[in-house]
Formats: sequence, C-alpha cells, structure tokens
Amino acid sequence: MTNWIPACRLDDIEQEGARRFDHSGRTYALYRSSDDEVFCTDGLCTHEAVHLADGLVMDYEIECPKHSGIFDYRTGEAKRLPACKNLSVYAARVEDGAVLVELPG
Amino acid sequence: MSSFVIVGAGECGARAAFALRERGFDGAVTLVGTEPLLPYERPPLSKDAIVAGARPTFVADAAHFEAERIRIVIGESVTAIDRNGRNVALSNGSRLPYDKLLLATGASARELPAAPCSDGRIRVLRSYGDASAIRPHMAEGNHIAIIGGGFIGLELAASARKLGASVTILEGLPRVLTRGVPAEIAEVVCNRHRGAGVELLFGIKIAAINERSSDVRISLEDGRVIAANLLVLGIGSIPNVALADAAGLVIDNGIAVDQHLQTSDPDIFAAGDCCSFPIGHYGGRRIRLESWRNAHEQGALAGANMMGAQETSAAVPWFWSDQYDLTLQIAGLAEGAVTTVRRNLSTEAFILFHLDADGRLLAASGVGPGNAIARDIRLAEMLIAAGRHPDPAALAAPEVKLKQLLAA
Ligand SMILES: Cc1cc2nc3c(=O)[nH]c(=O)nc-3n(C[C@H](O)[C@H](O)[C@H](O)COP(=O)(O)OP(=O)(O)OC[C@H]3O[C@@H](n4cnc5c(N)ncnc54)[C@H](O)[C@@H]3O)c2cc1C
Ligand code: FES
Repeated sequence: MTNWIPACRLDDIEQEGARRFDHSGRTYALYRSSDDEVFCTDGLCTHEAVHLADGLVMDYEIECPKHSGIFDYRTGEAKRLPACKNLSVYAARVEDGAVLVELPG
Repeated sequence: MSSFVIVGAGECGARAAFALRERGFDGAVTLVGTEPLLPYERPPLSKDAIVAGARPTFVADAAHFEAERIRIVIGESVTAIDRNGRNVALSNGSRLPYDKLLLATGASARELPAAPCSDGRIRVLRSYGDASAIRPHMAEGNHIAIIGGGFIGLELAASARKLGASVTILEGLPRVLTRGVPAEIAEVVCNRHRGAGVELLFGIKIAAINERSSDVRISLEDGRVIAANLLVLGIGSIPNVALADAAGLVIDNGIAVDQHLQTSDPDIFAAGDCCSFPIGHYGGRRIRLESWRNAHEQGALAGANMMGAQETSAAVPWFWSDQYDLTLQIAGLAEGAVTTVRRNLSTEAFILFHLDADGRLLAASGVGPGNAIARDIRLAEMLIAAGRHPDPAALAAPEVKLKQLLAA
C-alpha cells in the first residue's frame, strides 16, 4: 500500500536545493531541481546515517555533507565513494504548489 | 601479461587497485598489506569504533576484490624493492615481479623515545588493533591520559567521555590544534572539551613516564604527577619511507613524487599519507597530507598514471574531524593568508575564510554542530579550486549564498 502524502510547498524547497521530510517515523529528503521538478529519496546517507538534505545539490546530484559521497537523486544511484549503496527513491509531484510524495503505509 | 603491485592495503592502496580496473587495466593486480585485515577506513577508529565497539568499516568486501580480480596478500609485508630486477621481496620469503609499483605505505604514529609503546598501558592509535586494545580501558571510573592536543587525541578524548572515562590532555604548546587550525576554532573545540569535563593542561613539559602494573604515571617538570589507567600518545605521525629509502628513492618529508605521483624511479609511484607532492593550487609548494580524502583521490590518480595517463590533481585539500556533536571541516591551505573573514551561520556555527594579499580565497575553516557548516565549506572548496577572489563583504554575510558567488 502506498499513499500520496503532502510533504510541503514547492516554495519551501530552494531551487537546486533539498529539504528534509519526516513521515511515519522515517526520514526522507525532497529535492527541487533548477527546472522545478521534484524528487524524493531516503533521508539518510547509506554510508553513515547522516541527513542528506544538509548536503549540497548540484544539477541532479546530492553530495553528502559528511564525507562527500554523491548520489543521483532521480535514481538513488551512488555515484562517488565512500557512498556505495544506492538510496531508495519515491515518486514525487507538484500539485497546486504543493509537493506530494508516494510513500508506503 | 603485465603485473602491477601495490604496497600497503589501506584506503589509498585499495582505491588505486579498483581505479586500475575502472580504467580498464587487464593485467595482474596484487595488493600487499602488513595488517591482517582487508583494507578498512581509519577515521572511525577514534570515533565510532571506540565508542560503539564497532567492527572495522571495510573499504570493500572480499567478494568485491575477487570480482575485480584484485589479489590481496594480507598479513605480509614487502621487505625490499629490487629496482633492477623489478621485483619486490615479501616477508614470507617469496618475490613478486612488477612492471609498475605503487607505494601506499601510509604513516605510523609517532612514539616518545622516553616511553616506548608497550602491549600494556602506553599506546598509540593508528590501527584497528590499536583501537581494540584501547577500548577496554575506556570504562566508567577509569582515567585516560593523552599526550598531544591534535585531532586524534581530541577525538579519542570525546569518545572516552562518552564511555564515562575521565580524561586529561597534556599539550606542550599553549593551545590545542596548533597545526593548520585557526585559534578561534581551536578555542571553540577546547571549550567544548572543558564543558564535557576533560582536563586540558597546556605548556607542559614531561619529566618522566613510568609504566607500572596498576597504572602509568606521568611526571611533569613542575612536579605534578598524573596517574592514569592508560596513556595514549597523539603526537602526530611519520610517513613510512623506510622501504623507499632503502631502494634509493628520493625522500623529502615523505616519498617525494612529482605532479603525476611518480617517484624518482619512473616505474614506481607513491600516494597517500606516505608521499610528499607539489600542490597545484598553491604554487607547486611541496606538502604531505594526512587526510582520508587525499588518500582516496591520490589512490585513484596513481592508478590512472600507472597506466600512463599523466594526469595531475586539481584537488583542494579537505579534512574533517568529529568531536561530540561538533564537526570541524577545513578546505584549502591557509598559509600565506593576510585577511580572515568570519561568516556566522548560527550562534554556534561559523566559518573563517582566509584570503591572500590579492584577495584570492586560500582556505576556509569551519566548526559547528552536526552538518551546519558542511554545505558552505564545500562551496568554499569550489571557490578555492576556481581561483576566485570573492567579495569579503559577501563572504561575511550569511544571507548571501555562496552558490551565487560561484555562479558569478
Ligand atoms: C585514528 C585516526 C583517525 C583519523 N580521522 C580522520 C578524519 O576524521 N578525517 C580525515 O580526513 N582523515 C582522518 N585520518 C587520516 C586518514 O585515515 C589517513 O589519511 C588515511 O588512512 C591514509 O591512507 P593511506 O592508505 O595513505 O595510509 P594508511 O591508511 O596508513 O595505510 C597504509 C597501509 O600500508 C601498510 N604498509 C606499510 N608498509 C608496508 C609494507 N612495507 N608492506 C606492506 N604493507 C605496508 C600499513 O600497515 C597500512 O595498513 C585519521 C587517521 C587515524 C589514524
Ligand atoms: S555519511 Fe555520507 S558519505 Fe559518509
């Protein structure tokens, strides 16, 4: 079972930026690209449990704030060590200025 | 088939081995390491490994090395290099031929001649073995003495406090973190340790160290005596150059390499903590770095250049340290800076930007809880790499995004 959960307003996320979103005891990261598309991944880096939303977004990549591991936030793919395990990704869309994310449960 | 041998199975050696395969090298790759473990990350040793009793964080598992056809010989050392015969001798008596050789031998913790490290109460912290030996002493009610207020000593002190042991840090100089860390940031770190109950003694001179069955006693020249369950020396490290030196390679504060990480023998490369190299962004000045990122990047560069790529590094030095809830990060080298600009990110987090006489950004150092400074330090690193001369007023204003300065 998944549900579309309202997470925040599009304006709450900086362009080419990220924002943390907690739901049902789990933490996620939301991303807004420079052309205003939105994406959602697991919130914590797969290397050590660090909030990715505190990292730097460049194009379609998020760089972990702790040891600079890099992920493609569209696919969750780990692109630079020490990050080697991929992130899970979740569908996200914008509706009337609100960001909705499809999450389990 | 050509054969590449890598001496030292640490962060750097392991990275180089994988880089060879990523670049399409099809010959034999052999990684030889003294320690009886697969390559692992050292940074957690003073942090989580001590606090949580964690297993080592391996750079990759055995299956991954096997899949990439990287032969690992662990628990053996390379004892000599025969440059004419192009082979190395191993401690098990065998010889390995090489076409190209990489020395990624790392560094060893410095010891005090007056207090040689024992299997007992005097220790250094460099390996997983060291961390495992230190941890049992960290119990509540125990007292740990640490000589040296550098990164490893301070991280260990924070871990010891978390586990409930009391700590005294003994530093010969007037403050902590004298190497490469601005006094303003060292002060924040020092106060955090004081707040956690660590005793910090500065300007001390050690008269004698006596290890006994029940404790270790450090006598200071002013007559004070500090008794501890364990003494850890955190007084820096020395590059492992003996092998290269005996083979007649040029040594200069580490195994001297050029911008391609090539030693004075074109078939032998060196990378990571063991080498000194000319750093591009800072006028080609020769430096040696002891940082995880450098070991990682130079490993990859060495791999490429062993295959003849002739690449140079455009990297800016970067380092981090974690103590309690605080993270400290430094990008660049501040030597030669004449102006410092402070950017306050919150009441507890700030960054210092170091600019030279022409206004070029040389370095940025920051401290703060959690990830507070990470993004701006990363952007500063990019500004440094791009050779920018950012407006000091903009750097000082937290509302001005560094990303904008980079795009400007
Ligand atoms: C406790 C601790 C905490 C740290 N924390 C941080 C941190 O927070 N941030 C950061 O940026 N950096 C940190 N560092 C530094 C970082 O870990 C090092 O820069 C990095 O490990 C260097 O990698 P290396 O592969 O060059 O050398 P090493 O990791 O030292 O590996 C070299 C390996 O070569 C082996 N070797 C040596 N000679 C021979 C021989 N003749 N034959 C076979 N094998 C040999 C050694 O046994 C060793 O296993 C820390 C280091 C320590 C010790
Ligand atoms: S915690 Fe993300 S790269 Fe290490």
